[in-house]
Amino acid sequence: MKVAYWPGCVSRGFTPELHGAMAAVAPKLDIELVELDRANCCGAGVIAEHNQELVDTLNARTFALAQGVEGAAGMMNICSTCQGAQSECRERLDASSEYREAINEHLQPEGLTYRHDPDWWNKNFLWLLVEEIGLDSLRERVVRPLTGLKVAAFYGCYISRPSRRLGFDRHPERDRYLDMVIETLGATPVDYAGKHKCCGFPLITMNKETSLRQAGRHIADALDADADCMVTPCPLCHLNLDLQQPDAAKRVERDLGLPVLHFPQLVGLALGISPKELGMNKHVVKTDEVQRVVAGVAAAA
Amino acid sequence: MPEYTLKIRRFDPESGRAAYWESFQVELPPERSVLDGVLQARDTQDGSLSIRCSCQAAICGSCAVRINGRTGLACNTKIGEAFERAKSFGHDEIVVEPMGNMPVIKDLIVDMDAVHWKKVKRVVPWLLPAGDPPEREYVVPPESMIDVTQTMACIHCGACVGACLSLEVDPEFIGPAALAKAYRFVGDPRDAATEDRLRDLAEDPHGLYDCTHCFACVEVCPKGVAPMDQIMRLRRRATADYGIKDRNNGYGHEKAFVDLIERYGTLHEAQLLPRSYGQGSLIRSQIDPSSLKQLASSLPTVINGLKSGKVSPKAALWHHKLPDQKHVRRIYKEIHSKDERLELNLYIVGESGGETEGAMAEGSQES
Repeated sequence: MKVAYWPGCVSRGFTPELHGAMAAVAPKLDIELVELDRANCCGAGVIAEHNQELVDTLNARTFALAQGVEGAAGMMNICSTCQGAQSECRERLDASSEYREAINEHLQPEGLTYRHDPDWWNKNFLWLLVEEIGLDSLRERVVRPLTGLKVAAFYGCYISRPSRRLGFDRHPERDRYLDMVIETLGATPVDYAGKHKCCGFPLITMNKETSLRQAGRHIADALDADADCMVTPCPLCHLNLDLQQPDAAKRVERDLGLPVLHFPQLVGLALGISPKELGMNKHVVKTDEVQRVVAGVAAAA
Repeated sequence: MPEYTLKIRRFDPESGRAAYWESFQVELPPERSVLDGVLQARDTQDGSLSIRCSCQAAICGSCAVRINGRTGLACNTKIGEAFERAKSFGHDEIVVEPMGNMPVIKDLIVDMDAVHWKKVKRVVPWLLPAGDPPEREYVVPPESMIDVTQTMACIHCGACVGACLSLEVDPEFIGPAALAKAYRFVGDPRDAATEDRLRDLAEDPHGLYDCTHCFACVEVCPKGVAPMDQIMRLRRRATADYGIKDRNNGYGHEKAFVDLIERYGTLHEAQLLPRSYGQGSLIRSQIDPSSLKQLASSLPTVINGLKSGKVSPKAALWHHKLPDQKHVRRIYKEIHSKDERLELNLYIVGESGGETEGAMAEGSQES
């Protein structure tokens, strides 16, 4: 399957291991990635806070570039925040032809137009994997089942809420996909309170205490539920949960030390890709224990 | 008639007993409400089971509780649908608990005075007009009130307060309901204290910039108030219309982010932090004492990032521009040069009703 691919800013900035992992995983799933290298930042909620017309125009531009990729089934992203921010703009663009025309006027000098097409989609890799590739097809491709690995799913707000905007009426199980994939890969999903809560990242520059208390609490809850690691489809969540974890531990006054994987990394492990190729050595919280469990399973098999 | 099991969180402070779960079987058609179920259990099985309710029609806002982990009005949630949702999680009981973030008085009743109403009072929820009142009513153009109708729809059920994820870790956060109420007056053309209100909320460390942008309030509000959207409107007014440079870096963060995308097209993360601390300016961030202090406190994290190989020194110093960055700049220029901000509020125009005349509300762009 060919997709117009929007990797987002963070996967090419502070979480390069995510970008690399996706590139390694895609061919294993027969996904052809056509990277949108001219597309711009989704605004991550901040440009929306500043000026709605600006953020809607910037994302309409990205959509128009994606719609121009010949033969693409749709657009794919690897960031919950991109998913949510882009879905918000698209909801407005699709609601009013008058508004859409006003936005498209800004795109005209570049020769671009966003087309309203209910069949065209923009999906996070998580959604694409479950809805377009399918769990049965994924199961067939697993060469290294993650047996014994206890994984705590962490979705990210932007891919969970508001459920109406994010298409939950058509796909009511979208808030359970991570657990479904974790099971399909042979690992064990862990139930804990923080699964659909906020990592705190949007507050990291404005209120570090509120921000990192959230991250710390969810990591602690996952540890208490006996998780070996956490997995998230959002690199911004990853920054607060992994990069900031040592600081978060101080705010909740306990030792943490829970490895946090990017979603494509977890999939890649089960598809037989080496942890190094998946960038698992580029985490702040070391992933050795996860690698040991996975390698142990492979050795036993 | 279908039978349902309600698993209800019970607590009676006078009993001296800790909170516990109790299950009740009720019998009623699936289209009836969870509230009907709770009331049936009370009337036929245990008269001491307590829930606050009145209108039973999603108007009075009394019966907000948590059903299967989701906050909402018990009268507005069909018992059949609640059961289907429980079943989809592999449970055969509908779980009903008191809302979060507020102390429990008894069973499903929480102390709204201690949290919700106290916070609403905090934002001065009444009109502060300038000068003497007019002889007759205040006259304003009707379209100038459209912008605040969404916040006026609030019924003070407290569902957003109960679900707020910032409040969960910071009980002092002013919270979604009160901030949405604040916008009701900030957006009111008759109010004369707009700038003071915004300054007050922006400078409060538990105010405007303590919202974690999680959409929990948007998700649970039974009236479509979208409190988080109102908080973002407050921020927009504070920064764009009044240029309020708050000590929580709200202004700096927005300015830094927006400017970096204008310059590069994608986010140059390494510059976001210092610029946020320096009210948008990289130079200021390196000379301003409070900004330097904040930067220094972030150093251990930066060092961790470099050590793990996550952040390369090159990525920290250099960021590539998009090939067609001139178009992004042109878009910025076109939009920033407008006198008014163009906004489409789906609450007002409807999700597919935008095709009609007057679909676009225009916000102010004072300077």
